[in-house]
Amino acid sequence: MTHIDHHISDDLIDAYRAGRLPHAFSVVVAAHLSLCDECRARHEARDMIGGALLNRAEAATISAGARDRMMAALDTPPPPPAPRGSGVFPAPVMAELKGRPPRWRMLGGGIRQQILSADRSGSLRLLYIPPGKAVPEHGHRGLELTLVLQGSFVDSEGAFRRGDVETAHDDIDHQPVAGPGAPCICLAATDAPLRFHAMLPRLLQPMFRI
Amino acid sequence: MTNELSDLSRDLIAVRDHRDREAFGRLFDHFAPRLKAMMLRGGLTGGSAEDLVQDVMLSVWHKAAQFDPHRADAAGWIYGIARNRRIDLARRKPLSQPEEMPDMPSLEPDAGQVLALQQEAGHLAAALSRLAPEQADALRAAYFEDLPHSRISEMTGLPLGTIKSRIRLGLERLRHELRSIAP
Repeated sequence: MTHIDHHISDDLIDAYRAGRLPHAFSVVVAAHLSLCDECRARHEARDMIGGALLNRAEAATISAGARDRMMAALDTPPPPPAPRGSGVFPAPVMAELKGRPPRWRMLGGGIRQQILSADRSGSLRLLYIPPGKAVPEHGHRGLELTLVLQGSFVDSEGAFRRGDVETAHDDIDHQPVAGPGAPCICLAATDAPLRFHAMLPRLLQPMFRI
Repeated sequence: MTNELSDLSRDLIAVRDHRDREAFGRLFDHFAPRLKAMMLRGGLTGGSAEDLVQDVMLSVWHKAAQFDPHRADAAGWIYGIARNRRIDLARRKPLSQPEEMPDMPSLEPDAGQVLALQQEAGHLAAALSRLAPEQADALRAAYFEDLPHSRISEMTGLPLGTIKSRIRLGLERLRHELRSIAP
């Protein structure tokens, strides 16, 4: 497993675990947990605490017959297995891709994207940025989480490689530039449409929904 | 190795390796009433709480192959399943899940690591039992009702130092586990 420098906060882990994150963000968190030992351990250690509390919980009364119904239900067929990761895409991303490879849309300058989901709570997309290319400078009105799946990018916050997550709040204006080597593939979630500064990208924004 | 495991974890391993229905029955007897208490505390009413308990325990039966005593004890693993099922009830889309760790049936269990994890669970339980009632209640609110942890400390001015240091120890250990499992 590669070394990961940029992790997700305890607050994000707790919000994810409580089901309080919009879908787009929860996928980025689940994808990071698939790649990062350290955050996976923080996540699973919380389940251990939950388990210790469960063991100590006062037992509620279970209705008569519940045990028999349970034992009879054991012969039902198991649910289909969870999706598996493929290539650079961990399982939660493959689930969003419905098990198929990405279908990229060209955005110009060699940059490609596929929108995985978009609704009022936020949007989730895959971005493909050729080496040395910049994503147009942008601010955003809310939170943005960007997970690197392949290659790397650098911006004012540092260098990000596979497994790293950038957590950007609306006070950050950043211009990610893809590093040399393999094209940079990122999973990005936002809770508001991005604002681009250059005139042309702003005009393109409604068309491409970036 | 089995002497060092809790009875519950041993039962779960018997379910995993031998589809042992008697062992599953014992897990049901221990966890079903406690899971129901958790669901009631989380705001479900009697009937739907019990339906969800059945659902959780059926998942325990079907997913037992994923139980890994290097990374969790039975209670922690089952709590994780219960947390997910309850959240999925309230969400439009099921909660996105991290990739399952690779199965390791071929690997010999590392008794030392399993024991260390089990001891950590014991330390956690001991730390919980030393908490003042209102502190324990605040923790239950966080884990059974899923209030944000920051809200919990606001509400109680709770010094979670002991628990946090336990988390850290647990983390360190789990991190080593994960590293050895998924290089």
